[in-house]
Parts: sequence; structure tokens; C-alpha cells
Amino acid sequence: MSTTNYIGKPTSRVDGPAKVTGTATYAAEYSVANMAYGYVVSSPIAKGKITKIHAEEVLALPGVVQVFSHENVPSLAWFDRSYKDDVAPGGSPFRALHDADIKFSQQPVALIVAETFELARYAASVLRVEYQQEDHETSLETQRAKGYEPGAGKTGFQPPPAPRGNPDKAWEEAPHRMEAEYVHGAQHHNPMELFSTTVEWRGEGKITAYDKTQGVMNVQQYLTKIFGLKKDDCRVVNEYMGGGFGSGLRPQYSAYLAVLAALELKRSVRLTLTREQMFSFGHRPHTLQYLKLAANADGTLAALQHHALHETSQFEDYTENVVNWSGMLYQCENVKLGYQIAKLDMYTPLDMRAPGAASGSIGLEIAMDEMAYAAGLDPLEFRLRNYAERDQNVDKPFSSKKLRECYHQGAAKFGWDKRTQAPGSMRNADGKLVGWGVGGGVWDATQQKAAAKASITADGKLTVSSATGENGTGTYTIMSQIAAETLGLPIEAVTFKLGDTDLPESPLQGGSWTAASVGSAVQSTCEALAEKIFKLARKMDDSPLRDAKFEDVEFASGQLRLRADHSQAVVLRDVLQASGEAKLEADSSVMPNMVKQNGYSLHSHNVVFAEVTVDEDLGTVHVTRVVNAIAAGRILNLKTARSQVLGSVVWGLGMALMEETVMDHKFGRYMNHNFAEYHVPVNADIHDIDVLFVEEEDDIVNPLGVKGIGEVGMLGVAAAVANAVFHATGKRVRDLPVMIDKLL
Amino acid sequence: MNPFTYSRATAVADAVRDKASHPDSEYLGGGTNLIDLMKENVARPTHLVGLNKLPLADIEALPDGGLRLGALATNADTAWHDEVKSRYPLLNQAILAGASPQLRNAATNGGNLMQRTRCYYFYDLATPCNKREPGSGCSAIGGYNRVCGILGTSESCIATHPSDMCVALAALAPTVRVSGPNGDRTIAFDDFHRLPGDQPEKDNNLEPGELITGLDLPAKGFEKNFSYLKLRDRSSYAFALISVAAGLELEGNTIKDARLALGGVAHKPWRDQEAENMLKGQPATEDTFRRVAAKVVADAKGHGSNDFKIELAKRAIVRALKQAAEGNQHAADVFLNSNP
Amino acid sequence: MPQHPTNSAAAGVAAPPATSPVQLSINGQQHTLHIAPWTTLLDALREYLHLTGTKKGCDHGQCGACTVLVDGKRINSCLSLAVMHEGDEITTIEGLGTPENLHPLQQAFVDHDAFQCGYCTPGQICSAQGLINEGHAHTEAEIRELMSGNVCRCGAYVGILNAVKEVVDKGIKN
Repeated sequence: MSTTNYIGKPTSRVDGPAKVTGTATYAAEYSVANMAYGYVVSSPIAKGKITKIHAEEVLALPGVVQVFSHENVPSLAWFDRSYKDDVAPGGSPFRALHDADIKFSQQPVALIVAETFELARYAASVLRVEYQQEDHETSLETQRAKGYEPGAGKTGFQPPPAPRGNPDKAWEEAPHRMEAEYVHGAQHHNPMELFSTTVEWRGEGKITAYDKTQGVMNVQQYLTKIFGLKKDDCRVVNEYMGGGFGSGLRPQYSAYLAVLAALELKRSVRLTLTREQMFSFGHRPHTLQYLKLAANADGTLAALQHHALHETSQFEDYTENVVNWSGMLYQCENVKLGYQIAKLDMYTPLDMRAPGAASGSIGLEIAMDEMAYAAGLDPLEFRLRNYAERDQNVDKPFSSKKLRECYHQGAAKFGWDKRTQAPGSMRNADGKLVGWGVGGGVWDATQQKAAAKASITADGKLTVSSATGENGTGTYTIMSQIAAETLGLPIEAVTFKLGDTDLPESPLQGGSWTAASVGSAVQSTCEALAEKIFKLARKMDDSPLRDAKFEDVEFASGQLRLRADHSQAVVLRDVLQASGEAKLEADSSVMPNMVKQNGYSLHSHNVVFAEVTVDEDLGTVHVTRVVNAIAAGRILNLKTARSQVLGSVVWGLGMALMEETVMDHKFGRYMNHNFAEYHVPVNADIHDIDVLFVEEEDDIVNPLGVKGIGEVGMLGVAAAVANAVFHATGKRVRDLPVMIDKLL
Repeated sequence: MNPFTYSRATAVADAVRDKASHPDSEYLGGGTNLIDLMKENVARPTHLVGLNKLPLADIEALPDGGLRLGALATNADTAWHDEVKSRYPLLNQAILAGASPQLRNAATNGGNLMQRTRCYYFYDLATPCNKREPGSGCSAIGGYNRVCGILGTSESCIATHPSDMCVALAALAPTVRVSGPNGDRTIAFDDFHRLPGDQPEKDNNLEPGELITGLDLPAKGFEKNFSYLKLRDRSSYAFALISVAAGLELEGNTIKDARLALGGVAHKPWRDQEAENMLKGQPATEDTFRRVAAKVVADAKGHGSNDFKIELAKRAIVRALKQAAEGNQHAADVFLNSNP
Repeated sequence: MPQHPTNSAAAGVAAPPATSPVQLSINGQQHTLHIAPWTTLLDALREYLHLTGTKKGCDHGQCGACTVLVDGKRINSCLSLAVMHEGDEITTIEGLGTPENLHPLQQAFVDHDAFQCGYCTPGQICSAQGLINEGHAHTEAEIRELMSGNVCRCGAYVGILNAVKEVVDKGIKN
């Protein structure tokens, strides 16, 4: 048998064959008997009341089973707390079909259930709903004065730290200064898979919900509280998720509506939202940022102020950490950070890939570029001169921080030393303007409590499970790698199961913490199983290990052997067969080691170098080259990790050049609510992208030493592109995305 | 999508008769626009006359030296046809600049002419739109109109025609062959689409029940000196903000004949014959092109978020004419002009 | 503010359409479906034949997830009615390969990690097969352009390019 050391190796996805053959099953693809189809009717107005629903007209259609609306939903849980999910922000969660009030455009106002999808869709199109319209307010610009500081409420939200030093005075006195406002519009996650729930009616009030979610546990607790179900009667499953990016962190109204219909009709129901309806819920909020930086003559930061304002709904205080990063990425003694939100008549925003940091890094990293130019310094040199050795926000050292190595290795790979500083000074062979820009960021390395179970059978097959998720991050693969390496098995002998509330509890899949949290649980569980196997191995007749201690042995190449003498070994399969046990099981639950972590700031870092070409007459921009250097602890799988960062870069390019959900305030409605007009990058937009993982050892973050890479790779990409555009053209675009019209 | 019946026609006359006998019916070619509009409930026909078995998919040479494009030839087959590539490379490039490979494989030439606007409000039933619901008002005026028109607009509609292919056709000036309840006729391409005026619900000048059967391209293809320039918000699979089809016939550096049409600016593919006449007899210089470009947009009117199109159109015209004069564009199986 | 009338699409409610038998040939197998004309090819595959490898990403021809091959040509199955395809040979991802016997494109997608969540992947692969059948894409730039009708929100474009290029190149050698 060849090596079973999988951790760190580029390993092809174990779920690859299922995905490339179309046999991987997503939420809308479970085949259940006697299923009816749901279709949501959405509000055309942003604020007001439903005055009449002519349900009888469509109920007359043969094949229409029911029309659910606030007029006929059964009495459900009363208190707000029943509708709070694990990551709900402060406030009162939205309840679909709860009353006649319209709180946002595209709010679900009715659910049609019919025998076929086509009939439900048709019935939805002819259902007459009358409204009394009221004045709405959807413009953040007009609500600047109404911004307020939110209280705590959402898990993970940290209000900005208190100011340090005297930033106002330091700014006034510094030789180099800048101040500017930066803006980006709302963006929608737009995973490829539409939100969908197939609810299987199992009789007697029992259901299985195959739901598109990043957290089956979160959806289960949400549904059981609202509908008064026992956990055993409400199983939630998600084996494959066609992209999440945060959109599936909170239970969607589609899951609630599908379960409502199934329970009321005592029948299986499938509900899939339309792409247009994918713009009816959470999104990255429209954000205004104000930055004020000053530099000393020696190029060190004298003062830094960063204030952000973004939208939230009328009913919840959505929060994200936008400005905090600015107090820790660079060394600065005089810092003031401010953060406010303002209420609008729209749905509550929702965490979207690198929430807060992706936005904040636009403001900070473009401002740093502006500051570097004002101080007459190369933007990379300026960052190096302000390198933070400690996290000044909390006054703690970093558990590890190889950002300097990222700067050096990334710059070398990119060829940054050939850059000329003056805007408009570089051109390519065709005479087009060329610009080089840099940006970067910092993200939390977080570990959550997670549990796993492992079971090995006499044929040497290992099954490990945890109720985590797979939305493209490679969970199946990295967990299989950890399990295989821990028990010295070939990866083909390992099956990892996830996405099922019947499995051991796991946190929501987000925050870049799955590898650290579930990975640690899988490792710990497999180690517990290893100990059990070892005990059996010692009892074998003539066992070469009978006098060994557990510390003396290792699991490798399908064997259990003495570390000191590999010839003293037993084959794993033989151990089980000799024991007479059909299978051996272990489980464990792992918490972060707070004692160990407490004295440190735990973060991943990156830097991005981007090259653009700009047609100065026509304003077209192409990103021809990107180098993204990342320090994120140990990389479990170079292949899937690289893919995640490549994807992050594509996201960053989208944010820089094209993504923006545009609202017509007259209607309080997003108008480009489709894939034809909400542009995400296509293949032709993408050119050379290089990913560098800088070696970073860290035994403080968690025993695996991983920090997570789902979000950090996106930081600074948009800013690097915007900075490159400035370098190419001399035009400073502070309002993303950088579209043609802004460069004419 | 509302209920409808479907029949599959096997001869043009049957199709025309079938359509005439069903009120609220539509012809169904590739379906790439009509089915989309039906899903959005913008189009609500109660009967579809399926055309895909009609013998109208051929592309054949005409005795006058022109080329006949069957109405049911797909956009892809047309773009990649040897005669189109060698004689009408402008058309080849314009088609390949549009939509996606999958859409071009299904979409037909007749259907391309029949495409409806991509104005956000036309597609969204929550908002008034004169084109969708005459008399309800135009939401794009005073609204979000990045994709809307700057030329030939009216107080009732500022929508644009979304096609790339039709911009090249406007420059090449074919005749459109149609069959209808009152027999066959031809329509000059420039007369096929219309400006919105006070009837924006009417995209074209077809009579009720008329079916496009083909397009007859004249012999002149401007195959040496042409350009199709497309500017959009991403590198591919996006509608044009501005597109320009330019064809020049040069004698030395003097322009003997010229064609110039724009997409993304008007309710119809915008051919400017006065601009073409201005070019004739002039030297093919940037100075000439600038004067012509200024003329084309002289009467242009922005509506807020599309104001930039006036300047962009001007610059795009100059660039396209320069490229055409340089003669360095060629037919190709892939449109790569958006690349860096 | 005025009363907002309604968001209903039609003045009256018409009866649901009648179904009739429709013969479809999919991956070499004949199927008879009893469907109305309003059933798209995509919904016929997913909801009536349970061939769920073909994905619904937008239902409006704006993403390419639903790409199938009709007589060897790639199209968006969401913008096509099932009734239009009687007499055509339809190939879906299920017709290209199986987990045990991967098609060269499927193997190349696995090897190059040309996907993450996997939802756009069947459409990408069918599209790539269509691209190869067309025979017009050879260079990287040409492949990028002719694969641009398939949106990948995970951003796996680098892997997709490399996977398709590998198979295209092999085809050229053969």
C-alpha cells in the first residue's frame, strides 16, 4: 500500500465523480412520492398592506391544491424568539405570510401549491392580490443622518474598539494627509442553485426536509420551534449545496413555506424559488465608508480613521465587522473607528463571503493606496513600513502572522519591482495602459464546537460523519483526508457523511471555520477510534504490539506499527477480524482550547497583486494577471484550497468591475434581478491567476493548525484592481464597481 | 406561463393559416426570447405555431450575387457558414459577439429580428411600461436606464433593440422576406424595425400574421474593411451598452462607400445614412471619423444613468471606423474583440 | 398613494392545458411523457424523467446550467419546450459517463478541480462537449470565449479552461 499521508497533499475531490456525472443530489432533486409543487407569489410593492387576495379564482383551477396566505396560515409560534435562528441579528425576524403588512419589495405574499410545477407557476401568475401602497424609503444616501450604532445581537459581531491616541490632532499635524468616501452598492450571493426545499411527508406529522442550507441543524431548530415539532419528527438533510457564500446561513422563507404546506396538506411538497426571487432576501449591504489617513515624513501612519454606514431592514439590525480590521492590519497609534447602520424598507442584509471585511478592505486598501501616493511612496513599501507586529485592537500578539512573507513572495512572483510609480507610465505591446495595484486583508481564524462519529467495519472500511455541509468548499474531501491519515487508511476506504440532522452536531458552514472545527472533531474522533483499535491489537495472538504503549505506535499504510520499528506491525483489517467485532465505533466533540488561545490574536492574512489593461478611449478594463499570496496556517488540500482562492479572486473581480444590484427608489425595487443584468464574471473575464500559500505553522489556533481559507482570499482583490486602474489611468474610482462610464 | 396549445407547421402556408386561425397566437422559432418572455408573463399567447420543421434553414447564393439567409437557419450556423465568413465577415463577427454559444445554436435568424427589448421595466410586471402595457407609462424615463436609448427615443419609450446581428444587418442592408395572410412581400431592413413614437408596443412594421421567411443580403459585403465593436459590462455573454458596425469601401485612403450602424442606442438598429454620406469622398482619417461621430450623436439625449452612452458612442464610432479603415479585422469562428 | 392594482399577469383565469403523449429520445432511450406544451425540456428532464443531472440555475437562458446536447449541438434546455424535440436525439450529462466510467471531459474536470459546488458542472461539461463537436475553439482565448455561456459562481474558470483545453488538445492529436 502506498502512503496514507494525505493532509496537505493536492487530492482530487472524493465527491468529484458524483458531481461531474450529475449524480450528486441537490435539494430539489430528491424523488419522493405523491409530491405537490409550490410557487411563491411576490409583492410588487415595497411598503403597504395587502387588502385582498382573490384566492378563490385560482383555487377553481383543477389541480391547484391550496393557496396559502396570511388569511389562512394556521396559528404558529407567537414569540419572536421562536423565529430566531443561530445567526439571526437583533430585532424581529421576518415571518412569511404572517400578516397583511408589506415590508419589502418581492416579499412573499402567497404560496400556491398545485399538482405540477407548471400549474403552480401559472396559478401564481394569475392570482390577483390587491395592495394599499404606502411611502417607502430605500435610499441609504438620504438616510445618512439616521445612522445609529447597533447593539450587540448577532453572533460574531464586535463593535469597533475604543479610539486610541489622538487621531484628529495627529491628522491635522501630519505632513501627508488624505480623506475620501468610498461606496459600493448592494450585491447578491447568487449561488448557481436556486433556493429549494423538498419536504417528504413521512406520515403522522413527521417530515424530512431536503433543504438548501449551510446549516441543517440551524434549519431544524428553526422549524421545530415554529411548528412545534419534535426533533425526531423533523429531519433536515443537505448532502450537496449548489453554492452558498453565506446565502444559506439563515433559514430561507422557502424552507418555512414548504414545510408549512407539507404539514397543512399532509403531503410531500417541493418549492423552488426563481432567480428573480433569489434577489428577495439577504445580500451584502450597500455601504458608505469614510476614511481619513495621515502619514509622517518617514512613511509611517500618523492617524487612521475609518467610519462605515450600511443599510439594514426596518425589522432587524444586521451587523458585520466592517471597520475593525483597519485597527489591526497596520501599525498606528492614533486610530478612530466608527460603525453605523440605517433602516430602510428592504429585506435584512445577510453575510456574504467575507462579510464586513470584503467591504472594509475596499475602503482601507484604496485609502492606503491614496495615502502612499500622497506620501510619495510605493504602495507595497508603504504597507511594509506600517507592518503590525501585534494586534493593537486587543493588544495581543498574533498566534502566527506571515504577512511579510506574503508581501515578499507575492511581489517576487508578480514582478512588482518592475513597477513604475507614476500613473499612466506603463503600457503593453498594443499600446494599452497597464496598471499594477496591491491590496490585502485580514480575517478571523475561528474554531467552533463540533462533533463527529467514526465507525470501522471488519472489512477495513471507515465511515466518519458530522452534520456539517458541502457547498463546494471540499468538506467531503478534506474530512476524508484527515480521517484516512489519522487511521492510516487509503482514502478510498473512507466514507464521510454530512448534511443530516441525524448526524453528530456541527456548526453552520461559514466563517471559514469548518476545516478547523469539524476537522478537529474528525481528527479527535479518529484518534479515539485508533485507541480502541490499538487495545484490540494488543490482545491479538502473538501481537507484536502487546507490550507497546499507544504513544509508541502509528497508523500508516493500512497498518498499526511501532514507530521505532515498522516491521513490528499488524494489518488493521486483521485486528478487527481477530477481535470478532463486526464494527468498532467512537465519537467525540471538540471545543476550541480557550486557555491556549486566550493570549493571542488569531487571524489569517493575504495580499493581492493585480494587473489591469485599460483602453483609455473606451474605458474598458481587463484584469490580466493576479497573484494572491495567503498566510492561513496549514493547508489541508492544496488542490481544493487553491480552487477556493481562485474562486475568491473571481469574486473580487466581480466586486471590482461589475457586481451591483441596482434599486429604483421610485419602486423600492431592485431592477437588475436576473443573471442577464446582475453580472457575475464569465470565463472570458478571467485570465492568469496565481495562488501562493505561504508556509505558516500555528499550534495555537487548533491542533490541525488550520485557519480556513473561504473568505481571506477575497480580501483586497477589489481594492487591488481599483488601485491598478488608478495606476493605469490616474483616475481614482471610489465608487465600485469600476464600470466603463466611470473611466470616460 | 399561461396555458397554450401547440402545433408544428410543415409548410409556410400552413403556418400562416394556423396563426391566422388562432387569436393571440405567436410563431415559435428557436424560442430563446419568446419562451423567456412567456415565463415572465410578458408574452401570453394562447397558441404557438411551431416553425422548426419548416424548410427555411438554408443559406444559399442568389443570382444577383447576394446571399439568402433562411429565417430558420440558426445564428450559429449562419455565423459559421463559409459564404457568410468569406463575404460578410461583419455579420459573422456581430452574430458571434451576441448571446452565448448555446443561445446561438437555438436562436434563428428570423427570431433575432423579432427579439424584444431588454429594458428592465419591460421585463418586470411590477412596474409600468408602455411597451408591455400601452398607456401605463415609461418607468425607464427618470428611472434606472443604463441600458436604454439615446437616439430616436420618444416620451413614451426609451427602450433599445438588443440584437448584435441586427446591427450588422442594418449596415449590410438586406431585404426581409415575409409571408402573410395577404401573400408574400419584402421589406427593406431599415424599414423593418420602427422607432417607438407613441406606439412603443410595436417593435416592427410586420402586418398581423406575417412570418419572416428569409433575409436577402445584397452582393456588397464590405469584407475587406469592416469592424464590429461591442462594448459591454463584462467580456462576454452580455448585451451591448454600445455596439458599432462599420463597413468601408476604400480607394487608396479615400472612402468610396460607407456603412455605419449602432446598437444599444435606439429602439431599432440605428443606421445613419447621413453619416455614411458624410464619409463618402473623405479621407479615412481620425479627423473625418470624429466629425462623423459628432454628427451621429448630435441629437442624442441622455436620461440619467445612460448619459455616458453619448460620449461612449462617439468614441466607439471613431474606433470602429479606424479599425475598418485599417482593414485588420477578419472573419473568425470566435469573436475575440473584447479581449485585452 | 394610489391603490396598487395587482401583480396578476392576466385578466382572466384560463383552464389548465390538456396533456398529450410526447416521444423523446434521451441518451439513446425512448421515453413517452404525458405533458402539456408548457413543459420545458428542462422541466421534462428533471421533474418528469428524474434526470436531475441537468440543472436549473436561472430558467431564463442566462446561466447555462441547463445545457444539453440536441443532435450534438448544445442548447439551453430551459428555453426550449419538450414538444419541440420529438424526433431529436437529446444527450444529457447522464448520457456522457457514469461515476465508474467517466467520460474524458468528466475525468479532466475532476483532475483539474474544474468545479467546487458542482451545480454548474453538468452544464459546463455538456457545453464543452458541444464546443468540441463544433470544432471552433483551439486556443485558450477561444475556449474561454466559447465557454462563456456557462456561469460558474464558485469561479472555477481556471480549472474549467484547463480541463477543456486538455481534452481539446487530445482531440487535435488524435
